[in-house]
Amino acid sequence: MENRPLEYDYTVAKMFMLTTIILGIVGMLIGVILAFELAFPSVNTILGSGLAEYTNFSRLRPLHTDAVIFGFTLSGIFATWYYVGQRVLKVSMAESGLLMFIGKLHFWLYIVGVAAVVVSLFAGVTTSKEYAEFEWPIDIAIVVVWVLFGMSIFGLIGIRREKSLYISVWYYIATFLGIAMLYLFNNMEVPTMLATSPAGETAIGNWWHSVSMYAGTNDALVQWWYGHNAVAFGFTVPIVAMIYYFLPKESGQAIYSYKLSLLSFWGLMFVYLWAGGHHLLYSTVPDWMQTMGSIFSVILILPSWGSAINMLLTMKGEWQQVAASPLIKFMVLGSTFYMFSTLEGPIQAIKSVNAIAHFTDWIVGHVHDGVLGWVGFMIMAALYHMAPRVFKREIYSKSLMAAQFWIQTLGVVLYFTSMWIAGITQGMMWRAHDEFGNLAYSFIDTVTVLHPYYAIRGVGGLLYLVGFLLFAYNIYKTWTSDKEVDAERLNQSPMGA
Amino acid sequence: MNIAELSAYGYFALTVFLVVVLYGYIYHLYTKKRDAEGHDYEEYSNMALNDDIGSTPVKPLSRDKEN
Ligand code: HEM
Repeated sequence: MENRPLEYDYTVAKMFMLTTIILGIVGMLIGVILAFELAFPSVNTILGSGLAEYTNFSRLRPLHTDAVIFGFTLSGIFATWYYVGQRVLKVSMAESGLLMFIGKLHFWLYIVGVAAVVVSLFAGVTTSKEYAEFEWPIDIAIVVVWVLFGMSIFGLIGIRREKSLYISVWYYIATFLGIAMLYLFNNMEVPTMLATSPAGETAIGNWWHSVSMYAGTNDALVQWWYGHNAVAFGFTVPIVAMIYYFLPKESGQAIYSYKLSLLSFWGLMFVYLWAGGHHLLYSTVPDWMQTMGSIFSVILILPSWGSAINMLLTMKGEWQQVAASPLIKFMVLGSTFYMFSTLEGPIQAIKSVNAIAHFTDWIVGHVHDGVLGWVGFMIMAALYHMAPRVFKREIYSKSLMAAQFWIQTLGVVLYFTSMWIAGITQGMMWRAHDEFGNLAYSFIDTVTVLHPYYAIRGVGGLLYLVGFLLFAYNIYKTWTSDKEVDAERLNQSPMGA
Repeated sequence: MNIAELSAYGYFALTVFLVVVLYGYIYHLYTKKRDAEGHDYEEYSNMALNDDIGSTPVKPLSRDKEN
């Protein structure tokens, strides 16, 4: 035993891979149900009116967003951290009993947090702040989970053999710091049991209930500073961390320009935090702040494209790999979708465009070309690359992976094209008026027109979910396969037919 | 000048400062091409490519020196 050569220890990475897949299935399944509820309202009461409380759109929507963000995506971030972190720092978790303990505690407390979130949101317990719906006891648990994640990151860095930190590690650190700051400030809340009403009542409401510490416009501002930066530090920064490791590694190509990656990093950090105001255009926040949100959103194209182009150029001269490997396809399409949604977002942040786009399905379309095409694709690609190294088995099926790629790509295209048409139609119809300023349409007119597009979105989402189930199956078969690979491949992942 | 105006000016100054720093950084990266210890920045890509636990680090950190 003692003479066994030192190896990377993927115990914790494996645990988080499992939750990535399970919570991905749950979150996307709920997404598909939501999509069909919008297209066919009777689905809201599919389990009968007695259970309608639990199946209706408004109860399920936060479960969808939180399951895919804090379940699927966050698990993917943790899984890849516990894999990439060790490798680029050239240190194994097996070398530190303490870090191993922290890693496992991190996982199990995370599971407790997830369980609490699922139960409370199903029960309808919510603060009603988007992506921050959890009541204060859960917030405290989440803070503890996050601190453990930080201890893992900095603990591993503390015992590293490689002195410099690879660019992905910078992005993981930024994820940790960014979310910590955002989460703390946005979730400042006062439990109502501590409050006293003007009439002198005390201990108001349930013990778990709280209200935001901020009021009115301030609350909205803090909320969207948080909301938009949750996109930044949850859907962008850590996913960039992944692609900077997994694409060069899988293709065997050095990053096209390491200097550009450093620059884009600082550019992104500098610009992103100021863009949140674009969620509040034409609202009661000061005008200069709205303009600032617009301007910074447009500037944000530069650092975003800096990373995305850097990734595409990494494949320079190696494009045959894109044709040959479905795994590379996922990543190349992922960075293409990243470019695409980071162009679309700034366009929507321009005030005159936003006047049409705000509150419409175009926003939902924008969200999903980013999360399905970029976040989802990249996380799945990362897990595919990790699987043969973590399980020491070749990936079960390459053709299944290729089929999944095409099914999901079709799903994403159906999703965002239908939402574009729906959103712009909606925006135009809401504004249309006759020469006297009377509105030309009532709300129900738009609903009727949008119905086919909602149905198409449902089908697109279903295709994506089917692809995700293929992914889950492929990983499961890899895990349980008997085709062991004895030596780890340097680059291209081994795949069975 | 009230506090809102003051913060707007402060904000503007901060933006200008950060822009200068960022462009300074770009200038530094592309003229020097190497960091303070003489490593070409592009070498750092190898941290991902050669990431076996036994691979030689790009910049080894001797653990003995630490304690
Ligand atoms: C199977 C795939 C999916 C389907 C069918 C789906 C469907 C939906 C639906 C119907 C909504 C509500 C839209 C509305 O209120 O009008 C929604 C919202 C949302 N979904 Fe998904 N979703 C899917 C996957 C994902 C994934 C993987 C993520 C993130 C990783 C995600 C993130 C979000 C977010 C952030 C929102 C809120 C958007 C907003 O408020 O503008 N979804 N989704």
